Amino acid sequence: MAQIFHHSTNLISRLSIYGGVFIIAALGAALYGIELSPWYTDQHVAQQQPVPFSHKHHAGELGIDCRYCHTSVEKSSFAGLPPTQTCMTCHSRIWTNASMLEPVRASYRDDKSLAWTRVNAVPDFVYFDHSIHVSKGVGCTTCHGPIAEMPLTWRAGTLYMQWCLECHREPEKYVRPKSEVFNPYYEPPKNQLELGRRLVKEYKIQSLQNCSTCHR
Amino acid sequence: MDPEGSPNIAGAGEAPVLEPGHTLATVTDKISSIVLGRGTTKGWMIGFAIALALLMMFNIAVTYLLIKGVGIWGINIPIGWGFAIVNFVWWIGIGHAGTLISAILLLLHQKWRTSINRFAEAMTLFAVACAGTFPLLHMGRPWLFFWLMPYPNPMWMWPQFRSPLVWDVFAVSTYATVSLLFWFVGLIPDLATLRDRARNRATKIVYGILAMGWRGSAVHWTRYEVASLLLAGLATPLVVSVHTVVSWDFAVAIVPGWHTTIFPPYFVAGAIYSGFAMVMTLAIPIRKFYHLEDMVTMRHLDNMAKVMLATGMIVAYGYMMETFMAFYGGDPFDRYLVVNRMTGQYAVVYWSLIACNIIIPQAMWSRKVRASVPALFAISLVVNTGMWLERFVIVVISLTRDFVPSIWHTYYPTKWDWMTYIGTFGLFFTLFLLFVRFLPMISIVEMRSLVRETDEKPE
Repeated sequence: MAQIFHHSTNLISRLSIYGGVFIIAALGAALYGIELSPWYTDQHVAQQQPVPFSHKHHAGELGIDCRYCHTSVEKSSFAGLPPTQTCMTCHSRIWTNASMLEPVRASYRDDKSLAWTRVNAVPDFVYFDHSIHVSKGVGCTTCHGPIAEMPLTWRAGTLYMQWCLECHREPEKYVRPKSEVFNPYYEPPKNQLELGRRLVKEYKIQSLQNCSTCHR
Repeated sequence: MDPEGSPNIAGAGEAPVLEPGHTLATVTDKISSIVLGRGTTKGWMIGFAIALALLMMFNIAVTYLLIKGVGIWGINIPIGWGFAIVNFVWWIGIGHAGTLISAILLLLHQKWRTSINRFAEAMTLFAVACAGTFPLLHMGRPWLFFWLMPYPNPMWMWPQFRSPLVWDVFAVSTYATVSLLFWFVGLIPDLATLRDRARNRATKIVYGILAMGWRGSAVHWTRYEVASLLLAGLATPLVVSVHTVVSWDFAVAIVPGWHTTIFPPYFVAGAIYSGFAMVMTLAIPIRKFYHLEDMVTMRHLDNMAKVMLATGMIVAYGYMMETFMAFYGGDPFDRYLVVNRMTGQYAVVYWSLIACNIIIPQAMWSRKVRASVPALFAISLVVNTGMWLERFVIVVISLTRDFVPSIWHTYYPTKWDWMTYIGTFGLFFTLFLLFVRFLPMISIVEMRSLVRETDEKPE
């Protein structure tokens, strides 16, 4: 009886059996890689804005306090985006003719808000509150990254639940003295863990991990 | 080759497991010719058309479900489970007979399993496929089904390992995997037979790939035997464990009527009961249409009837104990539930269940009934219905009467519930008819070894 398959097909069958496991594993790893990649999460991707606002210049070089613009960060769940009037407190006097700032002046003239592109946003089923974090010693840069070095703002974290839980499980690794919360250049000290443990106790940080803490 | 005459049960004690007159060659000829020789018959086409139509209905029901969500079903709090879980438990239970026949009866050297194990295992696989659709669809967002699996993820979440629903995922997926492997390993030598007997090249190639290079050498046979035994050993605990875990979905909850320790053994017995009923429902028409009365003999039907009788009694004992424990335990909610089952709005369902599962099958005590093919077929259908009703009673009645009367509710299945349920028959029979058409539905290899044994000591 003639052979149905050529001898070489043995290789294909062996490869498909032994390789199957590895191909599936590699596929899973690739999907996981994509899920964590900046392409998917927008992490470290600077967003285009109607006006190329630079945190590097304002918060870094000029040293304007975060709360000058994000006024409600200590009292509300939302840190607050400044109205055009806030921009005009300075820009009605300096750089008044800069073409780069024309959208700001137009917004002020027409009483129409600037449509900023949201950089950090959690899904609707997550109830995040800025005020509690800020008042428990979580610094702005802990989540928002080196904001004083961002010419255009980018998302510093993935905003995945994993990223939230990293801190919620071990707050002592991230917490800082309340006086340093709004310092954009704060560097954690060498004895961060020791300090962190003390601050966790002092600020009564609860390390909440119940589903209903954030998914109400 | 036709049987010489219908087997005489009443006079001659036990009927043989293979009618006399078969040689190695006739067995192979007969079984392989069903696949290769006869072509697609008109009867098969009609059956397949009906099954496919039902499958299309299933697809419509599922598509609409995916568009609209589970609100199209009759479920609403407090009856969150309804048909989806009734059907899941029912289908998964049916599968158990296949595993019992192929694994436990193999290890116990029960010769009579030989001719029914192949299609019983196929039945298991297809029943598990039907069962699996329900919990997936019931999740509401089936496309996120992989959240049930523990895998590294950026949510840093694991499934809730304390929940029996997660144990269920593992139990059922293990079951499906082992059953598939067991079935496929058993098929390999037969696929090689089909490859060798096939007349056109395409058929040869397809069966050739599936036969995985089987040449029937001594080494192949040794490995085949070892693999079969290992898989049988793996499958054996699954017969008991899978439906035990399914019963925990209920027993671990505190709902009256669910929270009982008798659930695991009584679910397993019920599963085997309904499974054998389904094997009978399938075997009787198959042996008629394909003239396999000489291979699936009256001995098989008789034995299956006896297994059903035994497991049916265990199930009856389970019902008795549920009622007794409600009374003896003294919990007012449990007591109310039992009274409500018997006299409440679903009393008809409960009493039909008692009639179908306990009273009518008692007819199988009679040798005459066990020798009557139509009677056995009718009883098998009755038991299948009864076991479905049992799951309805357990799932629905308990949920309609929770602890707080203000949330009491009535459950009515909607047309979408029915379409999905009946649609799974389409899925099941489509797969089954394809199996009957393209694979040897009786194990040629095992039947040949049976020929040798029946030759040695003729009975």
